Amino acid sequence: MTDSGQPPVRVAITGMGLVTPVGTGIDEVWRNLCAGRPGIGPITQFDASSYPTRIAAEVADFDPELYMERKTARHVARYCRLGLAAARMALEDSGLRPEAMEEDAVGVVVSSGAGGMEEIERAHQLLMERGINRISPFMVPMMITDIAAGLIAIELHCGGPNYAVVSACASGGHALGDAAEVIRRGDAVAMLAGGAESAITPLLMGAFCQLGAMSRRNDDPGASSRPFDQGRDGFVMGEGAVIMVLEEMEHARARGARVWAELLSCGSTSDMYHFTAPDPAGRGAARAMRAALRKAGLEPADVDYVNAHGTSTQLGDVAETLAIKEALGERAREIPVSSTKSMTGHLLGAAGALEAAACVLAIAEGTVPPTVNLDSPDPRCDLDYVPNRARPARVDVALSNSFGFGGHNACLALGRAA
Amino acid sequence: MSQTQLDRGQDRAPLDFAQLQQLAGEILGVDPERVQPEVSLARDLAADSLDVVELIMAVEDRWQVTLPEDELDKMKRVGQLWDYLQLHAEAG
Repeated sequence: MTDSGQPPVRVAITGMGLVTPVGTGIDEVWRNLCAGRPGIGPITQFDASSYPTRIAAEVADFDPELYMERKTARHVARYCRLGLAAARMALEDSGLRPEAMEEDAVGVVVSSGAGGMEEIERAHQLLMERGINRISPFMVPMMITDIAAGLIAIELHCGGPNYAVVSACASGGHALGDAAEVIRRGDAVAMLAGGAESAITPLLMGAFCQLGAMSRRNDDPGASSRPFDQGRDGFVMGEGAVIMVLEEMEHARARGARVWAELLSCGSTSDMYHFTAPDPAGRGAARAMRAALRKAGLEPADVDYVNAHGTSTQLGDVAETLAIKEALGERAREIPVSSTKSMTGHLLGAAGALEAAACVLAIAEGTVPPTVNLDSPDPRCDLDYVPNRARPARVDVALSNSFGFGGHNACLALGRAA
Repeated sequence: MSQTQLDRGQDRAPLDFAQLQQLAGEILGVDPERVQPEVSLARDLAADSLDVVELIMAVEDRWQVTLPEDELDKMKRVGQLWDYLQLHAEAG
């Protein structure tokens, strides 16, 4: 019971929409994740031939006009086109009809780490070459990171709370966690929430190359993202959008909606350590995991699966392993922990939402997706990472870890809806 | 090839109303047949102020003209844009 004497508001996940490098829609994405098929290949979105990293996890064959008017598609950046597509799918999956509800009943919190990066780069080139008169009047809405939330509200008639949450690669986790809080505090009945990202651009790829953060396994893209493996050499940039419909449990039950799972809590902390490197001991991440358990009233023994942030970087995978052991104690060695980034690449601001969806599907389908390319584990990474093959398992509670540059940590707890 | 290079490499297009219809149809997301001299950009073709700026920019690129700012406010109907083009694009 809460202080007000009311039972706490429970938050159901009643719909999911996915546009990812391993497929579009729940069925295709889940089939490919369980089959261990990576969606990584040579970069096609620009000429990357001079780059040390020339591979990425792109969304193939995306036709925006299936989801929006051509004119709308032209006036928003690719991350927004992906986001609106995922939002439409999520709404359709949930059966929720915002246009038939009170105007402020349904809100939107959709994150992006980078926003309309490709539009910024294109416009800057025009500015340098031809002056300010060639900057599109749509430039500002195309570049800002909050406009996916605005676009979704306009197109899908969602008049409730509307904003973006930005915490780099933890954004997707924070968006879902914050949207659940919007419902718990009574500001909306349902929320469309998740992340959208498309930043496979000359500038951002170059910047990540300069950081030394990305895999250079250009000759074998499918083997490039290899979390926890000794041969890992950095993350693989991905793009895509994953949006969920979060809904007050009672409202979902009353309308007979299918409840995929329950969003139990979000633990959120800061490393207080470094811009880009994780705390080597994983202390901030461990505190986020413990906070998620505490807020959900769970013990480590209740956790059946962890979807790791597991980006395939040298420092990150070791620090996260320490964090999981620190937060879950003995339980860490008893449960499966996998990184689906081994197949999807790293969707930055959408990663947390995609990985929360993997947890939801693990709960619903009774299968834990694998960590592929885990051929020779780093001795410092000594948990059960579900190497290379999916595994049947009953999952009642799953944790989804997301960590971002800036030291942002988000851990979502997701559970089977009783 | 970037959009910029494409734009730069393009020779001035001959003046043809059908091409203005095509361009405006694409920019405004309407059937080119609806783009007629007497129709209002805002009222009939649902163009907001940003759409009009974008259309003007495309027209300037296509026919290599520059519309002075004080002319922009006068462009309420397709015909006004077409008249301006006929006067200035051909004169070069």
